[in-house]
Amino acid sequence: MKRILVASVVSIVLMTAVFGFAYPALMTAFASAAFPSQAGGSLIVEDGKVIGSRLAAQAFTSPGYFHERPSATTPAYNAAGTTFSNLGPTNPALAKLVHQNAAAVLKLEGPYDAGLTIHQIPVDAVVPSASGIDPDISLAYAQLQAHRIAAVRHLPLTRVQKLISENTDGRWLGFFGEPGVNVLELNLALDKLGGK
Amino acid sequence: MGQGIGQILVFVVVLIAASYPFGLYMARVFADDDGFLRRGRLRFLGGVERGFYRAIGDRTAKEQSWKEYGAHLLGFSFLFVLVLYAIQRLQGHLFLNPQHMGGVSDFISFNTAASFLTNTNWQYYAGESTMSYLTQMAGLAVQNFVSAAVGIAAMVALFRGFSRRSSATLGNFWRDLYRTLVYVLLPVAIVGAVVLIAIGVPQTFHGYATATTLQGGHQTIARGPVASQIAIKHLGTNGGGFYNSNSATPFEGPGSLGGYFELFLELLIPFASVFMFGRWIRGMRNALAIFAAMFVLFAVGVGVNFVAEQHGSRVLRTSGVNITHSGLQTGGNMTDKEIRYGIAETALFTTGTTMTSTGAVIAGHDAMTPAGGAVPLTMIFLGEIIYGGVGSGMYGVLFIIVLTVFIAGLMVGRTPEYLGKKIEAREVKLAALGSLFPAVLILTLTAAAVVTKSGLASMYNPGAHGFSEALYAYTSQAGNNGSAFAGYGGTPFSAYLGGIDMLFGRFVPLIAALALGGSLAAKRAVPASVGTFRSDGATFSVLLVGMILLTAGLMLFPALTLGPIVEGLMH
Repeated sequence: MKRILVASVVSIVLMTAVFGFAYPALMTAFASAAFPSQAGGSLIVEDGKVIGSRLAAQAFTSPGYFHERPSATTPAYNAAGTTFSNLGPTNPALAKLVHQNAAAVLKLEGPYDAGLTIHQIPVDAVVPSASGIDPDISLAYAQLQAHRIAAVRHLPLTRVQKLISENTDGRWLGFFGEPGVNVLELNLALDKLGGK
Repeated sequence: MGQGIGQILVFVVVLIAASYPFGLYMARVFADDDGFLRRGRLRFLGGVERGFYRAIGDRTAKEQSWKEYGAHLLGFSFLFVLVLYAIQRLQGHLFLNPQHMGGVSDFISFNTAASFLTNTNWQYYAGESTMSYLTQMAGLAVQNFVSAAVGIAAMVALFRGFSRRSSATLGNFWRDLYRTLVYVLLPVAIVGAVVLIAIGVPQTFHGYATATTLQGGHQTIARGPVASQIAIKHLGTNGGGFYNSNSATPFEGPGSLGGYFELFLELLIPFASVFMFGRWIRGMRNALAIFAAMFVLFAVGVGVNFVAEQHGSRVLRTSGVNITHSGLQTGGNMTDKEIRYGIAETALFTTGTTMTSTGAVIAGHDAMTPAGGAVPLTMIFLGEIIYGGVGSGMYGVLFIIVLTVFIAGLMVGRTPEYLGKKIEAREVKLAALGSLFPAVLILTLTAAAVVTKSGLASMYNPGAHGFSEALYAYTSQAGNNGSAFAGYGGTPFSAYLGGIDMLFGRFVPLIAALALGGSLAAKRAVPASVGTFRSDGATFSVLLVGMILLTAGLMLFPALTLGPIVEGLMH
């Protein structure tokens, strides 16, 4: 009994020291030397101010910006309180949410895209992401919004579409996963074009 | 869909190509002769290891009987869980707490301590808003290493039961623990953390960042020593995230590569363990028969989830929005899924993480379609059998193999034996205890959770889906899985019940495995004869699949009927 106690206590101290302190400290030292930007959260800094992270969605409501996917966090796009919506497939709340979000998209985009129907709204525009801060939208949702952006910013549609493809993250190695459009980076690029 | 299937196939080929040599390496690490440490430039490691034995007062790392092995394992685990509980309660007064998190409540601390000790990583808390850096790093992440190592140690002890003859001992717990930690987990975790940092997982001791958004709002961005924790979270099939949304959070799983790389770490040791077993018993064909049985069930799971989620839920199909797969979107049921992962990667990850009882997620399982959600549910029901958690999965499947050999032997009138060891009443009893005990635990606790008021208060979704949540919760915790239909929980009742579920679900089968090892090691070997039932061909794989489905299915079906099947009918 005493032997178990001694061996356990010594092991717990040693293991906490090695795996709880030395290992993360070593990795942190490596990270800040080799990959300082990633280590700090891939923050985007403009004129000395942090404006967000390329890995986190942020709230866009103005018509001159591309909008993110719906988010289930409180408040929306809370990068310090990520959460799923947990809306099961038979939950009436899901049907209601999809309906509301689709109506909102139609109302927002309809005036800029004559003939837009619900059948053209891609699914990611109406359902919440898993993290609530998914930084990407589908190409389909970006192209849907391009008409509005072009009109509000007085830009040719082709220019906006070119910007979308420039800010699309492809599959890894062109093969794994799915492509997505990084909304924050795309909006930053838009602001740099001017014509707000 | 073809593109998605292609991704999955290439991933699996790469995984097998890496896990086979890794399994052979693991067999060398635990070999009784110390050849591994006596040769070449790595000799200094032997000195460090002997230093550890001196420090703990077990200078010679003396061989232990299964009872001594188990007593040391339990004593160590019990003391460690107290430390973990204390760190959480006291974190408000301790250092490395830049966000000034207060002490964690008693019921959450209990549940979390039990959860990380047992390699479950069920999370009743949101990491980024509850735990200090100290708790995450020196409490939870340490257990990610240690609980994984404890599982692997028990597996190695059971392997010795098959390979040793007329032996009273099963190895030394501290030696197996040390070697797993230092030679198996740490090197891969370091490489894993480096890759994760490079692709965007934060690793810093600075507090959360504050951003002024493009529209002039404020956004707090949670970060911390994440990458070092996430590497071992996957490698040790733990699964407890730094962030509440786990690897769905772009900081925890950045880019399309994030999900695939983390899944690779997660499946590496469970896959390698099967090959290690083959090398250990000098019978790779036996291991391949086991591997094939596991792989078939894995493939079916991925296929069903992929097709069901791509097809989408009825709500989405009838809503009128476009869920058709095209060059411009993944389509399908994108509720609680991330764009960069899409449907194929999510299906593969979801099946992989639940079958290995990791519990990490890259999507919300609660929001999956009835057929899609039945896959993770079935996988956690099958529990620690097909691949399973590190260590525990291998002893889980060996329980089923003992039962298979016994039943198949009875059917064809042959003496039940496996790898030259006679399977007798004691072995069958222990295997039955190990494989059926979790079922008893799950059904009892789920029943308690749906007939009591506090239990019902823990559900999030109404109706049959709420039942699925409770069933999933107690299954996931008993199986030391940790993934959730995440709407469930949040009450002290469910936290305490879940903590008990995890502790018994972990240690009863583990001790049964050690006892089984002890019983087998003491036996003499019987030479194979014409009467021996072959355990190395396709016939054996088929029997094993049947036995897995039978043991899990018999308990699964009545409960599944009340949950997902009712939902599917209403759907």
